[in-house]
Amino acid sequence: MRTDPGTRGFLIAAAVLLAAGPFLPKWLSYIATISLGYALVVAGVVLLMRAGLVSFGQGLYFCLGGYAVGAAGKYWNLGDAFVLLAAAVAVSVAVAALLGLLLARYREIFFAMFTMAFSMILYGLLSKSQALGSTDGFNVSHATFLGYAPVALQGWLYAAAVVLSMAVAIALQRYLRSGMGYAGDAIRENEIRVEYLGISVYRVVYLKYLVAAGLGGLGGGLAALASGHVGPDMAYWTTSGEFVFVALLGGTQHIAAAFAASFLFELIKTYAFELSPYTWQMMLGVVLLAIILFLPSGLWSLVARGREALR
Amino acid sequence: MFTLTAILVDGTIYASWLFIVAAGLTLVYGVMRILNLAHGSLYAVGAYTAASAITWYLSAGHAPAGSYLVLLAAALAAGTVTGLLIERGVLRLMYGRDEVVMILVTYAVLLILEDVIKLIWGVESYSAYQPYQLLGRLQFGPMTFANYDLALIAVAAAVAIAMWWTLNRTRRGKLLLVVIHDREMSAALGIDVTRVFVVTFLIGGVLGAAAGALTAPVVSVVPGIGVEVIVLAFAVVVIGGLGSVQGALVGSLIVGIARAAAVHLLPEVELFVIYGVMCLVLAVRPAGLFARPAARKI
Amino acid sequence: MNAVLETRALSKSFGAVVAAAEIDLVVGEREVIGVIGANGAGKTTFINMVTGYLRPSGGSIRFRGRDITGLPPRQVVRAGICRSFQVSQLFRELTVLDNMLIALGMLREGALSWLAPLHTRAREDEARKVLERYTIERYADSRVATLPQGVRKLLDIAMATVSEPPLLLLDEPTSGVAAEEKFALMDTVMAPVRASGAACLFVEHDMEIVERYSARVIAFYDGRILADGPTAETLTDPEVRKYVIGAELHRDREAGCSK
Repeated sequence: MRTDPGTRGFLIAAAVLLAAGPFLPKWLSYIATISLGYALVVAGVVLLMRAGLVSFGQGLYFCLGGYAVGAAGKYWNLGDAFVLLAAAVAVSVAVAALLGLLLARYREIFFAMFTMAFSMILYGLLSKSQALGSTDGFNVSHATFLGYAPVALQGWLYAAAVVLSMAVAIALQRYLRSGMGYAGDAIRENEIRVEYLGISVYRVVYLKYLVAAGLGGLGGGLAALASGHVGPDMAYWTTSGEFVFVALLGGTQHIAAAFAASFLFELIKTYAFELSPYTWQMMLGVVLLAIILFLPSGLWSLVARGREALR
Repeated sequence: MFTLTAILVDGTIYASWLFIVAAGLTLVYGVMRILNLAHGSLYAVGAYTAASAITWYLSAGHAPAGSYLVLLAAALAAGTVTGLLIERGVLRLMYGRDEVVMILVTYAVLLILEDVIKLIWGVESYSAYQPYQLLGRLQFGPMTFANYDLALIAVAAAVAIAMWWTLNRTRRGKLLLVVIHDREMSAALGIDVTRVFVVTFLIGGVLGAAAGALTAPVVSVVPGIGVEVIVLAFAVVVIGGLGSVQGALVGSLIVGIARAAAVHLLPEVELFVIYGVMCLVLAVRPAGLFARPAARKI
Repeated sequence: MNAVLETRALSKSFGAVVAAAEIDLVVGEREVIGVIGANGAGKTTFINMVTGYLRPSGGSIRFRGRDITGLPPRQVVRAGICRSFQVSQLFRELTVLDNMLIALGMLREGALSWLAPLHTRAREDEARKVLERYTIERYADSRVATLPQGVRKLLDIAMATVSEPPLLLLDEPTSGVAAEEKFALMDTVMAPVRASGAACLFVEHDMEIVERYSARVIAFYDGRILADGPTAETLTDPEVRKYVIGAELHRDREAGCSK
């Protein structure tokens, strides 16, 4: 089978990231791992955005994924990273399967507000739940890899994150070019036409919501493993707002944009927050306004423009 | 029986506060089609301004009774200045964009103002409890209520009546209703939409700031209060139907009573009962209680 | 004559407003029918009901003997009734080719792939062939939003017909198209319809087009069928002349003045 350029790009990226792993300073590989997790959540947001839906509540699945990983380790002594992540995805998709039945009926601001409300419900539940550490959350136990408990856990997590997220990215970018992927663009542009082409818009939106939730859970699970801690803030609406922000920053044209923007965001967040904690959100706000005004297709449109110019 | 009375009174107090916040939010949405996340910032700026103004006023040795006037003046000033800055500085450049994009725009404004507040007032907490204590408490059987809280109900009622009067009984108000119900018609009637937008946003802003200012004597004003408030106000407005003032009134009563009931009967659910109610209402009436979904013509 | 479509006492009211009342209509196989009537006479309401966009307040719709009353559009489409729109319903930000590929993928193939690409050599060839048949092949790579009205109308109709439906409903195919292009457009549209043997109902305001392309004409007035019969007969019916064509002439004159 021939590999298309997108797949090849992600395979190369995976190889480079894995090869560079042992040489990265600890802080950088930590940021990279976290941002790979974030990027998966953002990819879910992008998927929905391409169908014209802005989810202001993807923190719900980010948080569910994180807590699933944490709780499975805490209560059932499950330690294997892949089992934990599978649990994170399963829990998220299961919850989405239920909520999606309702949410798939809504569009525009209603979809945004409704998704936000659901994540705030989880925030409220977790904040009041003594067993799960209420507002403080709890620490996540160390993961193992197929029975092996590495001393240099972070390096292993980094490698696992790279492999997993690049595999997901390859699948996603194929997905975006498939019939299902184009159905998203079609729904964004004209739902009536889609119905008149014999396709249930409700069903397509529902399925996309499930995929986005699965990505959110996986990302949350990865972030929980990497940071070693989960808390209800993961479901607070401002966390979801950050995912939307990163999605807009990168743009929705290419899955790679979600990864680049997430990394950039994590990097800036870490440093800007240290250097000037009082103006960090202001910077975010200004950047967001600038993107909406001057670069509505996100940073990736610069990359696309550059390619055109080189041609 | 106590519990029931307590739920009703606490619920109404909470609803009054919610209504003052939500009324401005829903008015701005109705007229401008902007679901303004920065309404939370207006609330926060109102709270901070009132807290500092009252502290300054009392430390200068003026009569404590005057602090209520100071509070209102602070709300008016904070709402007008911040509202003008937001509308003229940012929103003006974005009119005509998609409603979802406008949410993101106001989200950006919220982020910016959060830090502006920290730069002006720092991160320590402010309080101005004197106006709250000054009014004393009311003994009602075995229960006591703060008179300030009860007065809040009167303020909310006054706001509701004033809004109803303006919208239904004055020429300008009726013009606003025209804009809310039929935008094309309003343009055809030659209504100066820019002016209507500025005025509406200022009214909304002052209401948001007033809600914050009225809360300042009750709580300690800390960073992040605006962020918390805005999602609550959203829930209220969505329950009532976006853009509907009656809706905001009914929505805040429902939410207020529901929350008070949760606090007294089942404290574990306090934090999310509001969103639970919202989901329930939307599941039954997708556009909220007082709004109708528009069918698309093909 | 076998009936493709049969409606019985089909009605629709919005509150007190009656948009369609007691519409009885039989469409035979291969029939090409013109539908005339002033704005608000119930023509689009009729098409919306038949294709499931509006749920009828009363009455029934049978398609090839099967009751399809109350089915949603996607199931009506799958049953074999396709329609075009008065205001073309397209994916504006996508290219003409992408619009066509989506239509092929959804309507003709019926299922959406998850990982297999939509753009394949075979599908693209097919899409270009359809575009060629509708004379818009040269716009294949343009974004829909940039195209003139006439091209959009053709694309709209082309997308509706990729499944070669037994019944095609065209809602004002020539509206928004310059007068001198109307006949060419109708020629382009009707050729594949005739070739496939589909029955076709088209709403039209231009009597010359109605006369040229349809053997039978149905006149709507005030939510009812005023007249239904061979073209010459309907067009000379005194009531039709008074209530429908008179209004149309008036409309033409108005349009003429505004030019």
